[in-house]
Amino acid sequence: MQIPSTILTLVLGMVLVIGGLWIGQTINFLPTEASLNALIYDQLFRVLFTIGAILFVGIVGLLVFSLIRFRRKNNYIGDGVAIEGNLPLEIFWTAVPAVVVLFVGLYSYDIYDRMGGIVPLAHDHVNETQEQKIWGGVGSRSIDSETVSNVLSIEVTAMQFAFLFHYPDGNITTGELHVPADRTITLRMESKDVIHAFWVPEFRLKQDIIPGQPTQLSFTATRPGRYPIVCAELCGPYHGSMRSAVVVEEPDAWQSWFSSNTKLT
Amino acid sequence: MTATIASRGTGPRPRLQPTGWLRYFSFSVDHKVIGLQYLVCGFVFYLVGGALAGAIRTELISPVADFMARDVYNQVLTLHGTVMIFLWIVPVVNGAFGNYLIPFYVGARDMAFPRLNAVAFWLIPPAGLLLVASYFITGAAQSGWTAYPPLSVTTPATGQIIWILSVLLLGGSSIFGGINFIATILKLRQPGLKLMQMPMYCWAMLGTSILVIASTPVLAGTLVLLSFDIVAHTGFFNPALGGNVVVYQHLFWFYSHPAVYIMVLPAFGLVSEILPVHARKPLFGYVTMVYSIMGIVVLGLIVWAHHMFTSGTPPWMRLFFTIATTFIAVPTGIKFFNWLATLWGGRISLNSAVLFSCGFIVNFVLGGITGVALAQVPFDIHVHDTYFVVAHFHYIVFGGSVFIIFASVYHWYPKFTGRMLNEDLGRFHCMLTFIGFNLCFGPQHWLGLNGMPRRVSEYDPQFTLINQISSVGALLMAISTLPFLWNVIQSAISGKIAGDNPWNALTPEWLTSSPPPVQNWAGETPLVEEPYGYGVPINAIDLSATSGRDLWRSGK
Ligand code: HEM
Ligand SMILES: [Cu+2]
Ligand SMILES: [Cu+2]
Repeated sequence: MQIPSTILTLVLGMVLVIGGLWIGQTINFLPTEASLNALIYDQLFRVLFTIGAILFVGIVGLLVFSLIRFRRKNNYIGDGVAIEGNLPLEIFWTAVPAVVVLFVGLYSYDIYDRMGGIVPLAHDHVNETQEQKIWGGVGSRSIDSETVSNVLSIEVTAMQFAFLFHYPDGNITTGELHVPADRTITLRMESKDVIHAFWVPEFRLKQDIIPGQPTQLSFTATRPGRYPIVCAELCGPYHGSMRSAVVVEEPDAWQSWFSSNTKLT
Repeated sequence: MTATIASRGTGPRPRLQPTGWLRYFSFSVDHKVIGLQYLVCGFVFYLVGGALAGAIRTELISPVADFMARDVYNQVLTLHGTVMIFLWIVPVVNGAFGNYLIPFYVGARDMAFPRLNAVAFWLIPPAGLLLVASYFITGAAQSGWTAYPPLSVTTPATGQIIWILSVLLLGGSSIFGGINFIATILKLRQPGLKLMQMPMYCWAMLGTSILVIASTPVLAGTLVLLSFDIVAHTGFFNPALGGNVVVYQHLFWFYSHPAVYIMVLPAFGLVSEILPVHARKPLFGYVTMVYSIMGIVVLGLIVWAHHMFTSGTPPWMRLFFTIATTFIAVPTGIKFFNWLATLWGGRISLNSAVLFSCGFIVNFVLGGITGVALAQVPFDIHVHDTYFVVAHFHYIVFGGSVFIIFASVYHWYPKFTGRMLNEDLGRFHCMLTFIGFNLCFGPQHWLGLNGMPRRVSEYDPQFTLINQISSVGALLMAISTLPFLWNVIQSAISGKIAGDNPWNALTPEWLTSSPPPVQNWAGETPLVEEPYGYGVPINAIDLSATSGRDLWRSGK
């Protein structure tokens, strides 16, 4: 058996890592980034993609190399070498993945923290009357840390097979979500029948809407435009067509939309 | 072939047992017959599940729901998932190969409870027929194979109840099987065979059976409660009656996450048997392999809530399950490096069994990488319940388990039938499956990342092209079963005679005739202490004595 020289292994390893970094930086599989959350998410994606690419190419490369290098040549009879183990090697390849996953875990913890996910269960600030626990989605932090006046609260009701959006402030109800850019939005979501899920791919956000158990989600949209809202939880025959849209507008444009729809009491 | 063949006859033969091919249609208690019954029955259901997959992919060729009605689509989807998991992979990687191989591996003449074993198998065909029949009676269940309430409580009840009944029967079958495997491995092991000398598949099955026994009863209990909700209008999971829908998810995934390991651990065991034989090398790192199996068993039981990151799960729980899940990558990684090291420096013959095993390694590595990514809460929040997940789990269950099922059939077919399979057809089958598989499921990662949810029969038109590519891959996969079917049937009739040990393997099932006699060995049971003792110096090998090498000793 010939083990490639240390130098060769080193060079190959470096090529692999640089190649992986390059792949991770250049290939982008994700749709437009349209929320603060998406910016953070995409950093995580790039890191995971880079590590994944290095591992995949490395392992598959090793496999293909051994298949070619150690294939049994025609009418060759005999066994390979009788190596049953190698403790240092095994420690090495237990330790390295352990370090890698530890890194991945800590890094994604940090990402999760930056998304505002790591806070104790939020209590409902809007309807303080009912002592109700709201099970948090991502971004519960922003509700607590920002002044309440700056947050736009919207109630989401999901049912087979539509989303309804209610703005308590202006008493508006719509089937399409309109939000201003660069302002924290809090959704309080409840389902009338079965489980649905609120997903905006461009925001990288998803939260189940659960009957009998309100959930919440907050986000800040950054890029004006029109993005799909998709129901991501099987909810019946028309699940595939349960879609809506979120329209992100410049604050001024949103304000005029808001005022023109506000019901005067 | 060995010096120990004594003329003790074939031992007592159970009465009233048909012989010849008829015994495969009887309540046989012979573990080999039962193993093949599991295998063939599983394959029939694979064809059923495959046809359903074909229907799903046909619907998805166009972005509108035009091929079948929307509720029919959900029925087809539910049936596909249920059939593939409960009637194909679980019975085959556990029941079929476990029954066939475990008694050989521990040096027993049958399983510990042969009749229970037969009962376990015979629960499967009725359960499967029941499930499929529900489609024709009133329509099958339509709430997906996860049957989340309240959807499963509000969709038509008959199909859902039949689904529950069928899954309960199948769960019972797997529990019986698990008990039997544990008893056989621990109690029927030949005197003199230490635990740490067993072939690796025994360890894999021991681990799997622990998982089966720990988690399947929880599923059964959950489904019984669910059926109360449906027929008796109780309110365990129905929020309209004060129930909690998330509790169902916890209970369900407490079984169904370990179920993934129930599908892949045995496959890990099988590939550990196949690679050393064809690479002519000992299995690398036996001891770490054993520990990593047990590590996977322990971790596998405490990671279920990673399926529920968007179900309003509190942050501390999300973190705990992220970390636990991520760490499964370590024992799994060890196994992969060990297999690569087993190949390294070998004399690998690139036959169908090896090619399928290597296809498995490639696919599973990719599935594992996306799995670690999915374990990260912030990542999962975007792609949960999308085609990214569909791609991920097919890389695991199809790219992992199914590839190994095929590898195993190519490897053990000579033992099953006494005849060889045609290698050219086998390699063709492997190539076609590998290409079709990657064409079908690879692009689905992109679909999920870009906004296509799963379980939909209609989708945004921007995804049309990718879905069509995926459907072409599915078609290739469907076609790829044809050379396999032809090969298996044709070779049984007129394949090359295999001889007892065509691969010169050292594990005990090869040290008897092909196919083996009723009591497994005509004479005494050989004691195999080194199932992986390959590596006799090249050129120092006596060809005529390959199957009788001194590496194993027989009898006492
Ligand atoms: C052989 C092993 C297979 C297993 C264990 C398996 C398992 C599953 C499961 C559990 C589901 C989810 C069902 C649900 O969401 O209720 C599923 C969905 C699906 N499978 Fe398979 N499957 C297998 C093979 C295939 C093949 C060969 C194809 C392609 C031809 C295929 C195509 C699909 C599709 C298109 C879906 C729908 C995904 C969705 O809409 O969520 N599967 N499969
Ligand atoms: Cu919905
Ligand atoms: Cu839906």
